[in-house]
Amino acid sequence: MSGNLNLLIGLAMGLNLLALGSSRLPSLIRAMSAQGVVLGVMPLLLEQGRLDWGVLLIALATMGGKGVIIPGLLRRAMRSANIERESEPFIGYIPSLLIGTGGTITAVALARALPLLPEHAGSLLVPGSIASLLTGFILLIGRTKAISQVCGYLILENGIYLFGMLLIRTTPLLVESGILLDITVGVFVIGIIVDRIQRAFDSLDTRKLTTLHE
Amino acid sequence: MIEIPWLLCRLLSWMLIAPLLPGIINKVKAWVAGRRGPPVLQLYYDLARLWKKGVVLSNLASPGFVIGPAVAWVAILSAAMLMPIGPVGAGLSFRGDVLLLVYLLALARFCTAWAAMETGSAFEGMGSAREVSYAILSEAAIITAVLSLSVQTRSISLVTMLAPTAGAGAVLLAAGLFVVLLAENCRVPFDDPNTHLELTMIHEAMVLDHSGPPLAVILHGASVKLLLFSVLLTEAVLPMGELGPLAAAGVLAGGILLVTVGVGLVESLLARSAFRRVPLLLTTAFLLCLFALLIAWKGGAA
Repeated sequence: MSGNLNLLIGLAMGLNLLALGSSRLPSLIRAMSAQGVVLGVMPLLLEQGRLDWGVLLIALATMGGKGVIIPGLLRRAMRSANIERESEPFIGYIPSLLIGTGGTITAVALARALPLLPEHAGSLLVPGSIASLLTGFILLIGRTKAISQVCGYLILENGIYLFGMLLIRTTPLLVESGILLDITVGVFVIGIIVDRIQRAFDSLDTRKLTTLHE
Repeated sequence: MIEIPWLLCRLLSWMLIAPLLPGIINKVKAWVAGRRGPPVLQLYYDLARLWKKGVVLSNLASPGFVIGPAVAWVAILSAAMLMPIGPVGAGLSFRGDVLLLVYLLALARFCTAWAAMETGSAFEGMGSAREVSYAILSEAAIITAVLSLSVQTRSISLVTMLAPTAGAGAVLLAAGLFVVLLAENCRVPFDDPNTHLELTMIHEAMVLDHSGPPLAVILHGASVKLLLFSVLLTEAVLPMGELGPLAAAGVLAGGILLVTVGVGLVESLLARSAFRRVPLLLTTAFLLCLFALLIAWKGGAA
């Protein structure tokens, strides 16, 4: 079971790097939604023994929300705002890939030094979570398009979700679903804002959003 | 002394089998495109034709123009001798022979680039510059891949390193080595072997001024290198040491065929990527090998 879980987390880490290396917005969104689906499968694996409707609901909601609804909203925002698909980065693709890899390796090495519960010692949950957080940060800082920054934010949230997997037995269902609802609404709002920014500035380049106009 | 005829026999089989691979690749490409394509043995005919032709030598070129391809050819064939072939083992094997393999390939590249710059042609200088700058990244990937195999098996001899499977990181290693194979052998998406435009060439631009036997030697060396990399890829991923001799030989042949067909399919389905995208691809290959190394290291510690 732990082997399968680690494989999924490894896949999520690989998708992190894919997100860092992809130059096109659609492929960035695809990497992010694939990561969402991978994360959605995880609770099913963790709670294999006692599969109750709560866990099943969380898994389905995560897969549907992160894998279908949020990417769909982002794609629609992209289509309606009619923006270029190339994301011009502040931090180039190769440097961000290298930083992401360095961060992932550091996270794996660091997690060994952390005082974890014995049942979590062998799993990649903590390194995976730290690596996703870092990837999210790099995307937030290093990309100029608002949509890629949203993707960075969502990958960052995926990292927090991975960390929450450690507490899956104690976190109530309400909290999980609340978080999921929050980000869905957040992305919905961002989709509208993106459209507005596009209309007002003819571009989604956040570099142009540094000065206030009357 | 049974060693010498045995070695010669190996050398001859490497030399004879290698030109088959580009033929298979071209056949696959023709098949995907719906053409009949050149015969599988085309490269043999080409080599024979080139061998009979005379050499055009520039009066500016030093003897290095001819020595370079010769040294590169010998270096690649010696590297092939170090490579274990499934059940029959390697022709030469000693502790640390994997380092020699990496350096022999580097020597071959250096000599090709040197010979290319002998005539002072601008295109050949450009081709050499490209070849060498991509090599920096692909060599890093090869060394990392070799390192991960050596950490996995705790050995620095090719025979023991390539015998077991690469473990959990095998998929990553296979992907990384396949990209390196494409880059090292100047295949699409890094270079287009069929291009006729000097500005987009890499390997082809380096051999523009060569003719006759030196060109034949360069082409043959390139095909041996392709075979060498497919053997390396197949043996690194599959557990050759755990199979019987006959099964191992069959698996090796199948693996090489699969790699060759894979190269043909990649070449038919992808376009050559822009030069500024190439470093990203090679860095990805390096990272794949790096993660295979990480898995080998972590798995070994646990």
